[in-house]
Amino acid sequence: MAETAMKVSDEVAISIQKMNKWYGTFHVLRDIDLTVYQGERIVICGPSGSGKSTLIRCINALEEHQQGSIEVDGTLLSSDLKNIDKIRSEVGMCFQHFNLFPHLSILDNLTLAPIWVRKTPKKEAEEVAMHYLEKVKIPDQANKFPGQLSGGQQQRVAIARSLCMKPRIMLFDEPTSALDPEMIKEVLDTMIELAEEGMTMLCVTHEMGFARQVANRVIFMDEGQIVEQNEPEAFFSNPQSPRTQLFLSQILGH
Amino acid sequence: MSKSDNISFVRTETLPQVAPPMGEQGIVKWLRENLFATPANAVLTLISLYAIWFVLKSTMPWVFNGVWGTNSLAECREVLDGTSGACFSVLTERWNQLLFGFKYPTVLTINGVETEWSGYWRPMLAFAMMLVALAPVLFFDLPRKLLIVTGLFPFVAFWLIWGGTIWTPILALVGFIVGYLVYAQLVNKSFAAGFFGAVVAALVTWYVGGFIVPLLTPETTFLQAVPSRDLGGYMLNMMLGLTCVSLSLPLGIALALGRQSSMPLIKWICVIFIEFIRGVPLITLLFVANVMLAYFFPPGSGVDLFIRVVIMITMFSAAYIAEVIRGGLAALPKGQYEAADSLGLDYPQAMRLIILPQALKISIPGIVNIAVGLFKDTTLVSVISMFDIVGMIRGPILASTDWNGVYWELFLFACVVFFVVCYGISQYSQWLERRLATDHR
Repeated sequence: MAETAMKVSDEVAISIQKMNKWYGTFHVLRDIDLTVYQGERIVICGPSGSGKSTLIRCINALEEHQQGSIEVDGTLLSSDLKNIDKIRSEVGMCFQHFNLFPHLSILDNLTLAPIWVRKTPKKEAEEVAMHYLEKVKIPDQANKFPGQLSGGQQQRVAIARSLCMKPRIMLFDEPTSALDPEMIKEVLDTMIELAEEGMTMLCVTHEMGFARQVANRVIFMDEGQIVEQNEPEAFFSNPQSPRTQLFLSQILGH
Repeated sequence: MSKSDNISFVRTETLPQVAPPMGEQGIVKWLRENLFATPANAVLTLISLYAIWFVLKSTMPWVFNGVWGTNSLAECREVLDGTSGACFSVLTERWNQLLFGFKYPTVLTINGVETEWSGYWRPMLAFAMMLVALAPVLFFDLPRKLLIVTGLFPFVAFWLIWGGTIWTPILALVGFIVGYLVYAQLVNKSFAAGFFGAVVAALVTWYVGGFIVPLLTPETTFLQAVPSRDLGGYMLNMMLGLTCVSLSLPLGIALALGRQSSMPLIKWICVIFIEFIRGVPLITLLFVANVMLAYFFPPGSGVDLFIRVVIMITMFSAAYIAEVIRGGLAALPKGQYEAADSLGLDYPQAMRLIILPQALKISIPGIVNIAVGLFKDTTLVSVISMFDIVGMIRGPILASTDWNGVYWELFLFACVVFFVVCYGISQYSQWLERRLATDHR
């Protein structure tokens, strides 16, 4: 672990300062300060309703924050649509329910954004798409539709779809929570491979094995705040806050 | 035999497939399952058969004993000589009136010279072109180049049916082309700039062209001009139906998206428009089109009655289509919007590539429902004294001394021609739904 942790650079990928968010009057995120360096692999965990999904959804402006600042790759996230679209094309995102486009074939799912957002020629986009499909080990499914694939395959397609945009940062919002146990591994393997290539990753997940193996930092959130963050080994073996201890004892208890 | 022998079991050979027993296959099985499953079911079957036979017994002689080829109802009655029978002669004798109205020029004049050809040649050709123009829109496996025909069709069809100077449709086409060029120039800056720039450019072109066209118009035009009042018959229903459906679909989409807009002004304009139009009967709107709409246009512009009616029917059905599409939009999971956003697609791209294809697919049954309703509602123009097929039947044909009293045959004919088109639309929509089913649920 120490070896991969050392690879992390000084270059800041995401910088969040004093960020606050409300749903109506409900204070979901409170004073979030977080700096993510290029090449970091961060796992965010915490009980449901703790705001972890909301946090990463704020990073590519799927949710609006009301106070504080978020800077992604030097671009300040404001209400300016041009900035938002720029950040979104640099930041890939994978969802719990995959959110593939059911009316398009797998190949079209992958080439759509490169063709329309990056203005890549169709042929080139298809070559890139096939490259990433091979990487997630399902090139033979290219001409099928999402509904014909298993959940694990769909999630791998979703990862490939994000990668086709050549993102510098990948966000994962509980990517394995909707999968059958035997499919979780194939998705995690893909993510591990991605991490080994040095992709900056923020991952909301309850897969603690994955956190131990891949993450260089684990963040625990509760009630809209970052309660504790540490290197995985220290985080799991020696949690400081009582809330973290309770959480870990509950999810690792059996 | 021990207990465990009963439970553990290994199959060593696969049993061959065997045909089901007689009586469990083919027509016998179908009859037994569907018509004579239970005694009550059997009784109902027999009663239904009797009812069908009863209806056919009383109508079929009337149909098959029908008279064709006489010149008036009185002659029909002579031929029938007291027996029951239809007088279908009215259809053949008034065939052209039923299809084209009673004022459409019966002789084709080209360059002011009368030819031997019938003037009905013009709408017939337009009809044939319509089939070609619709094909690539309806069946998207056909070569995309055919869409050029579709794009030119409205202008050519306008010229064929209304006649007059060819410069009017050319000006209309030029306006669209100018608008498109401006759009292509400005769209890179922003979609709104492109859209409104295109609208302004097109309007300016048409305004300026409006002064030039009269100068170019010769004394006698190639095709004799036909005023809208002289259009009629089923042709008028087809023209109104096709124009209004093809206009109200894009307007309905725009209204549905507008109603979802985060910009309050646009949202409220759309909501008020939809709610107002849906709260008013179509006939009222048609009377407004006939009498009052002229007040809204610049004095002396004399906007054509056909256009006024098209505007009203289009607005009416667009409001309904908007609500149907809103249902489709609401049915899409929020994740689809988020996935499109997270890939960096902007709003027009996300709508065009991701959201609308799915929302429209969900809305197909509802949209077709409204399209069929709209097409049948075109008969309502007969109440503002336009002579569509129903107007022709109720007016010039039934009022004539020759055919006074031939209700059944005429209205049956109207039913048949509408049924053919509406059933066709319905079958097409079912095919389309099967064709677009990619979600494998």
